[in-house]
Amino acid sequence: MSKSATVSHVDDEELLGRFLGGDRDAFRTLVVRYQPTVLQIARYYVNSAATAEDVAQDTWIAVLKGAERFEGRATFKTWLFRIVANRARTTGTREKRQVPVDPTDPVSGDRFNTEGMWKEPPASFTDLLADGEANVQLAAAVRTAIAELPEMQRSVVTLHDVEGLSTSEVASLLELSEANARVVLHRARAHIREVVERVAKGGS
Amino acid sequence: MVLVKDINCHHAVGLIGEYLEGKLPRRDRRRLEKHLAGCDACSAYLEQMRATIALAGSVGPDDLSTEALDALLNVFDNYQRENRENGEDVSGAS
Repeated sequence: MSKSATVSHVDDEELLGRFLGGDRDAFRTLVVRYQPTVLQIARYYVNSAATAEDVAQDTWIAVLKGAERFEGRATFKTWLFRIVANRARTTGTREKRQVPVDPTDPVSGDRFNTEGMWKEPPASFTDLLADGEANVQLAAAVRTAIAELPEMQRSVVTLHDVEGLSTSEVASLLELSEANARVVLHRARAHIREVVERVAKGGS
Repeated sequence: MVLVKDINCHHAVGLIGEYLEGKLPRRDRRRLEKHLAGCDACSAYLEQMRATIALAGSVGPDDLSTEALDALLNVFDNYQRENRENGEDVSGAS
């Protein structure tokens, strides 16, 4: 059996050990798993997609060179994201982004009547999520929704909800305060929810 | 005892983001929970948000283009080759 067939559900840390021993498939799996987010972090700090790709490539070289010194005090993922954030930050040519200070309404005000009550109550997603076919459609919609977010929202929601990092890790990687990271996260989620709701309505 | 003032749906929805992150001050949390207990619509909204977060967590990384993957595998191959040329056998028993 080829290694690539068995390698995709293996822990990051084990894959790291394997590629240290020269296993190309192990390295490949980590690249497939993390390169999109590595690029996302790079893009957050630099001006152009081309520069972001250079930073991402340098990051993987740093991983190859530094893997033996990885001590497992953080997860591989956190270690990797720190490397790219640090590199991108020093390469960074982008103006510091303005964080929206006032949280906007997560739901458009016209969904409520003058007493502030829902005109039409939100539909439940439960049935939809239990439906395998609809789920595939929803996952695609969520990906599109994330892709169309402004850079900062996309970075925050990718790191927090897709990669499962804590707010404090996200804040530190993106040089935001935790409160600001949350404001941005709420906005991003509000947009994704809206898209899912649209799909849910269209699908029923 | 602090008087808990009622909030409407519009306000409740604005509090749910911080509520989900466990960051709502206690007083607001009590007001929100009281509202949720009596409001099916806002409870449905909360459930939508939870489902949205779960969906985002399940989508996985974007697909990588073949070119991008090949470029990074080249990086790996070059690194291995350089190490071998430096007299270090990094590939282990092959």
